[in-house]
Amino acid sequence: MSENLIKPENLVYKKTEVLTDRVLHYCPGCGHGTAHRMLAEVIDELGIQGDTIGVAPVGCSVLAYYYFNVDMTEAAHGRAPAVATGIKRVFPEKYVFTYQGDGDLAAIGTAETIHACNRGENILIVFINNGIYGMTGGQMAPTTLPGMKSSTSPRGRDVATMGNPLKITELLAQLPGTYFVTRQSVHTPANARKAKRALKKAMEYQKLNKGTCLVEIVSNCSSGWKMTPVQANKWMEENMFPFYPLGDIKVPQE
Amino acid sequence: MMKELRLMKGNEALAEAAIRAGADAYFGYPITPQSEVIEYLMAENPVERTGMVVLQAESEVAAINMVYGAAGCGKKAMTSSSSPGISLKMEGISYLAGAELPCLIVNVVRGGPGLGTIQPSQSDYFQAVKGGGHGDYKMIVLAPATVQESVDYVKLGFDLAFKYRTPVMILSDGIIGQMMEKVDLFEQVPRSTEEPEWATVGKKPGRDHVVVTSLQLQSEEQEKVNLRLQAKYREIEKNEVRYETYETEDAEYLFAAFGSAARITRKAMEMARAKGIKVGLIRPQTLFPFPVEAINKLAGQVKGILTVEMNAGQMVEDVKLATCGKTKVEHFGRFGGMIPSPEEILNALEQKIIGG
Repeated sequence: MSENLIKPENLVYKKTEVLTDRVLHYCPGCGHGTAHRMLAEVIDELGIQGDTIGVAPVGCSVLAYYYFNVDMTEAAHGRAPAVATGIKRVFPEKYVFTYQGDGDLAAIGTAETIHACNRGENILIVFINNGIYGMTGGQMAPTTLPGMKSSTSPRGRDVATMGNPLKITELLAQLPGTYFVTRQSVHTPANARKAKRALKKAMEYQKLNKGTCLVEIVSNCSSGWKMTPVQANKWMEENMFPFYPLGDIKVPQE
Repeated sequence: MMKELRLMKGNEALAEAAIRAGADAYFGYPITPQSEVIEYLMAENPVERTGMVVLQAESEVAAINMVYGAAGCGKKAMTSSSSPGISLKMEGISYLAGAELPCLIVNVVRGGPGLGTIQPSQSDYFQAVKGGGHGDYKMIVLAPATVQESVDYVKLGFDLAFKYRTPVMILSDGIIGQMMEKVDLFEQVPRSTEEPEWATVGKKPGRDHVVVTSLQLQSEEQEKVNLRLQAKYREIEKNEVRYETYETEDAEYLFAAFGSAARITRKAMEMARAKGIKVGLIRPQTLFPFPVEAINKLAGQVKGILTVEMNAGQMVEDVKLATCGKTKVEHFGRFGGMIPSPEEILNALEQKIIGG
C-alpha cells in the first residue's frame, strides 16, 4: 500500500542531502536540530555543498560535524573563529562558517570572536544562544539572564558577584568588520523561516567579501532549564526575547 | 628564487626559508626574541612572491588555531614564538597532534619560568620533547645549532610533518635567532597543489565528507587513536634520528649537548683535547626522536658523560635513560638567560666527570 504512494508527484518534503542520515543526539525540543536544518537547506539551495567548510565548536553542537554533510573541522573550545580564519585565508573562495554556542563564542572564545569580526573575516558565524552550558550539565553561561538559575548559580545569577549577561551580538555589531548582524529564533515555523532567510543572506554576502556575518539564534534548553520543551519555548519568549530582542541589528548600507 | 648565499640574522633566514619551502600560511604574534620572523615576512610580502599568506593574530592562542584551520585544509602552515607564547600554543598543539595535522612550530627559546627573560635559554626542552600540552602525544623536535640548520630544518620540518601527519617543532634559542651567519638558501620549492584525502577542501561528489577532529567519545575508539599515534611515534623513532658526533673515535669522556650549547661545548672539547683530555661530543639534531642507540653505544666506551645545557638539567634525563647505567652521567648548565663559557664547561668536565 505505502509503496504505491512513494511517487515523485507525491513528494511534499525531502530531507536535504547537506544533512547526513545520522540520528541527532540533541535532547527532545532542542533548537539545534532546526537550526542545523535551516543552515543545511541554505547550503543546499545555494548549491555550495562542495565549496563549504564548517567549523564545529565545543558544547552541545560539538558533534555538528556528524550531521552537516560538508567538510568540517572540530575546533578547540572557543577557537572556532580563529580556525575559520585559517581556513578562509588559505581558501578565500570557499564558504566558511562556524557554529558556536554562547559559552564557546561569548566566554572562552571572546577574544577570537571579537578579533575575527574586527578583521572582517569573510565568514559566517552562527551563534546559538540559550543562556546556559548544555553539554556540561546546565552551568551558568555568559548570556545567563540576571536571576536565572543554573547549576553554578543555584540561587539565581547575582549580577553583583557573577557579572552581567553579555550582549555580545550588539557589541560585535559595533565593529567596522561586521557586515550583517541579526538575531533570530527557530522555535516556530514562522521564526524558523525568517532565520533561514537571514542565514541565506549571510551566506550570499560571503561572496561579496564585505566582512563578517553573524546570525544569532536565541534558543532553548529544556534539559538545562529543567522544563518541558513547550514550557521552555514559552519561557524563552517571556524572558529571553525581552533581553535579547529578535531582529536585524546591523544591515548592509546598500 | 634561486639558490643563494647570504649573510643573515637567524630569525630572518628562517622566515626566508619558510617562503622558499613553499609554505602556504604563517600566523604569528610578536614576542622577543623572535619578532623578526613576522617582521621579515610582512616586509617581504610573500603573497606576491609565492601566494603565501601572512597574518598577525590577536594572540598566540589564535595563531596556533589559525594554523590548525589551514593545516586541516592540507596546507603547509606554520607559526613561531618564544617560550611564554609557546606555552599558550600548547592547547592547539595537542589538538593538532590529536587530529594528526602536519604543521611547523618554531620556538626561539628564552629564559623562564614565567615571563622570565628575553635572553637565550634551552629550558623548554621538557615542554617540547615530553609533550607540553595534554594527552599522550609527541612532536618531532629539531634542534638547530646554526643559522644554516634553522633554514634547512624549515624544509625538513615541513617534509617530516607531512610524511607523518604530525606537528614538528624547531627548538631554537635566542642566540641562533639573533645572530648573523653565512647561510646557503635553498632554491624556491613550489607551493603544493595537492589535495590530501584527509583535508577539508570541500566535499567532492562520491566521497564522504571529511571531518578533522581529535574527539572520540567512545574510549574504545580513543584508545585506537592513541595506538595509531604510538605506532607512528615508534616509526619516527626508527627512521628519523639525526645527530652528529665529534672526535668520539678515541674518546674516554663524552659531552652531550644540543643547539647553541653544543657550539660552545665544541670549543670546550678543543680546549680539553689541547690539554690531552680525550673527550668527544654528541650533538642530537633531533630531540624527539632521541639518539638513544648512539648514546648507549658511546656509554659503553667512555668513563663518563657530561651534558651541557642552558637549563637546570633536562636532556640529562634522556641521556641517563639512554645509557642504561653503563656510565656516569652528570649535568652542567647555566640558565635564566645566562650562557656558559667554554672554560666553565671544561672545568665542569674536570670536576664532575674526571675528578668526580
